[in-house]
Amino acid sequence: MQVVTEQELAEQIAGASGPLSVRGGGTRGMAPAGEVLSTAGLSGITLYEPGAMTMVAQAGTPVAQIEAALAEENQRLAFEPMDHRGLIGTQGEPTIGGVFAANVSGPRRISVGAARDFLLGVRFVDGQGTVIKNGGRVMKNVTGYDLVKLMAGSFGTLGVLSEVSFKVLPRPETQGSLILHGLDDARAVGAMSRAMGSPFEVSGACHDSQSGQTVLRVEGFEASVAYRLEQLRGVLNAGGSEMVMLDADASETFWHDQRQVQSFQGTDGDIWRLSCKPSDAPELAAKAGAEAHLFDWAGGLIWLRMAAGTDLRARLGGFDGHATLLRGDTQTKARLGVFQLESAGVARLTAGLRARFDPKGVFNAGLMDAAA
Amino acid sequence: MQMPIPDAAVMARKARVVERLLGVLPADAVIYEERETKAYECDALTAYRCPPMVAVLPSSTQEVSDVLRICHEEGVPVVPRGSGTSLAGGALPTADCVILGVARMNDVIETDYDNRLIRVQTGRTNLSVTGAVETDGFFYAPDPSSQLACAIAGNIAMNSGGAHCLKYGVTTNNLLGVKMVMMDGEVIEIGGGHMDAGGLDLLGVICGSEGQLGVVTEAILRILPKPEGARPVLMGFDDTVVAGACVSDIIKAGVLPVAIEFMDRPCIEATEAFAKAGYPMCEALLIVEVEGSVAEIDHQLRLIMEIARRHNPVELRESKSAEESGKIWLGRKSAFGAMGQINDYMCLDGTIPVSSLPLVLRRIGEMSDEFGLKVGNVFHAGDGNMHPLILFDANKPGDLELCEEFGAEILKLCVEVGGCLTGEHGVGIEKRDLMHVQYAPADLEAQMAVKDVFDPGWLLNPAKVFPLDASDARRGLALAAE
Repeated sequence: MQVVTEQELAEQIAGASGPLSVRGGGTRGMAPAGEVLSTAGLSGITLYEPGAMTMVAQAGTPVAQIEAALAEENQRLAFEPMDHRGLIGTQGEPTIGGVFAANVSGPRRISVGAARDFLLGVRFVDGQGTVIKNGGRVMKNVTGYDLVKLMAGSFGTLGVLSEVSFKVLPRPETQGSLILHGLDDARAVGAMSRAMGSPFEVSGACHDSQSGQTVLRVEGFEASVAYRLEQLRGVLNAGGSEMVMLDADASETFWHDQRQVQSFQGTDGDIWRLSCKPSDAPELAAKAGAEAHLFDWAGGLIWLRMAAGTDLRARLGGFDGHATLLRGDTQTKARLGVFQLESAGVARLTAGLRARFDPKGVFNAGLMDAAA
Repeated sequence: MQMPIPDAAVMARKARVVERLLGVLPADAVIYEERETKAYECDALTAYRCPPMVAVLPSSTQEVSDVLRICHEEGVPVVPRGSGTSLAGGALPTADCVILGVARMNDVIETDYDNRLIRVQTGRTNLSVTGAVETDGFFYAPDPSSQLACAIAGNIAMNSGGAHCLKYGVTTNNLLGVKMVMMDGEVIEIGGGHMDAGGLDLLGVICGSEGQLGVVTEAILRILPKPEGARPVLMGFDDTVVAGACVSDIIKAGVLPVAIEFMDRPCIEATEAFAKAGYPMCEALLIVEVEGSVAEIDHQLRLIMEIARRHNPVELRESKSAEESGKIWLGRKSAFGAMGQINDYMCLDGTIPVSSLPLVLRRIGEMSDEFGLKVGNVFHAGDGNMHPLILFDANKPGDLELCEEFGAEILKLCVEVGGCLTGEHGVGIEKRDLMHVQYAPADLEAQMAVKDVFDPGWLLNPAKVFPLDASDARRGLALAAE
């Protein structure tokens, strides 16, 4: 089903006779059972005020179009959403609605926040075809419950986004990175933690276990970037490891690749994404016994490449965080579940919200009903 | 402002409720004598008062759970209370309710610098969270004006902001996890030391739910390393439109100050008379503050002042020392006190798109003449969060009502230009009946559905946030179910 207006979207949902598979650009390869309901026809930037750092766009607007419009005003989506096509091996065009529905945030999440932190307002259609709005287009808004956050990361299971408004930020003048060589996982997390605990505003902190490279990014005005990189070198010197600076171009290339998890692209096996307390990361990575792993978010995010069909969660047992199966075959996804809910209480509230927002259960059936 | 008629059947059970509460709490934690419950009759919205039936001061999550379980079984409404600093009446009791105050729960449970987080009991005050980590070079970013007194519990309930949220965000952007007691006494944990939810973002909807979904007893908060330094520049303009354009140009230039504060002439005049900060007498004054190393601050202030000069300021004063910075902030920080010297005032909190600033200020000026009440405007200009202060005389019959009517017109204007009723204070009872202006019935229905899931009996802070006529049927069900 293809719709071009919010009203059509509402009518299609109200009249749905069976399950619907809600799709933005389809680049995540989620494909739950049901007739495909695409938002790609709901496209276009509705409003852009650079001086107020806000944009409003229809949900199906391609991310590329939005990033191009922002670049013209020297602004950007600061939360750095990744493009999943390379990693998952999908086609299609990432949409802004999909980015927010899946709360997609890249390396800069540790310094500026997640996609959900930038989402200011939503319009969506619930499971009965009712159009609902929440939030708005101003940066501070506590008028009523924050359904904006609830919709961010709900993967279309509560409603289908028709329009989103969000905060954007200025693009800094330049950037640079510092590379530390030869640290093991534990020392790397220690170094990233010291960097994040410094006042030098690190906007990216990742570590590749295979290459033994730990990389820290700093952005801002040119003189400030040079100063902060130098200060960081001082903070981290105690580790005694070899350090190399990346200039703006090299830094940009490196983080572009990191954002798309380049080193896992074109590989075999399942891809897991694990959110944890950074200091737990080395031990969790050891327990996982992955074929390869990468730390981002200073250790708070672990990318894992596992032999197909491995039950990662069973290996890890209980921990402060959750593991999402991002790439795997349909059978594995059905067997293990894509998402990991944090507790029985959370699972019950989740089921309750689903029953209220989508009482007929038409949206993305089973997608987020993972076992607790 | 209407409140529901207290439930006589509940009040008739007072003795039994008190007895049961005394069974789970120490004697000094259950307050039920009328002369003592009066201490809880209002919060910082002092125009409305009503002593609760009982007030309890539990000391642990277990005690909170016991209290809620008893109130659930007895069908007694519960109004959670942090420090009682709400300007929106979020902690206003009803005569048939139990006030649940978390003030005795103020411990730091864990500080974890490696992961940049702190776990606290939610009765702890906002400023003392920073107090617990500042000697180690860290701070907790959200900084509401009441931060000396306000509790983290209330900050989470109202999703509180502050002057520095242009850079650091509000409470929801700095909250990692909660331990929360549901109305039936069940204790659940959401979030933790990790980032983002594994499933639905329940933390996101709990923050800002005004104590209607559960009682948060512990919070995991993000702490940040303190910047090397900060320094403001003060600029005066003879036209509010020009000041607004200057703000927009600063943001477009790619400088991201930590704060951009705005004051208009009535407010400047009042603060000068009161605090003598040496502000220029002009139509609009901006205080712009940046952070970083000495060199970074110099660089950013130079850029900001270049932009300001293009707008022909009547005054441009760069702070060169901590003392000068203090002086620049002095007037702004005493603005509310200064207005209070003149008369009683009502502080509004609507947010507007920054581009609408000149229009909204002009309309407020016109309405001020129509209503015959003076207004001063203080404004977080970077994010559009206005704080019009309407002056009135509480002792003059009808003046409060006139002031409220004027306030409602300003808030409607905020919504009309694309903004909202409240940016950081919350809805409470104060803006409850204006919710229709911003939201259609279906929008409110969706929000109330969330409460249905968390608190099916509508016992937690039931008469707040939603217009009484909209929530009537649900609160009625709660009564009928007894």
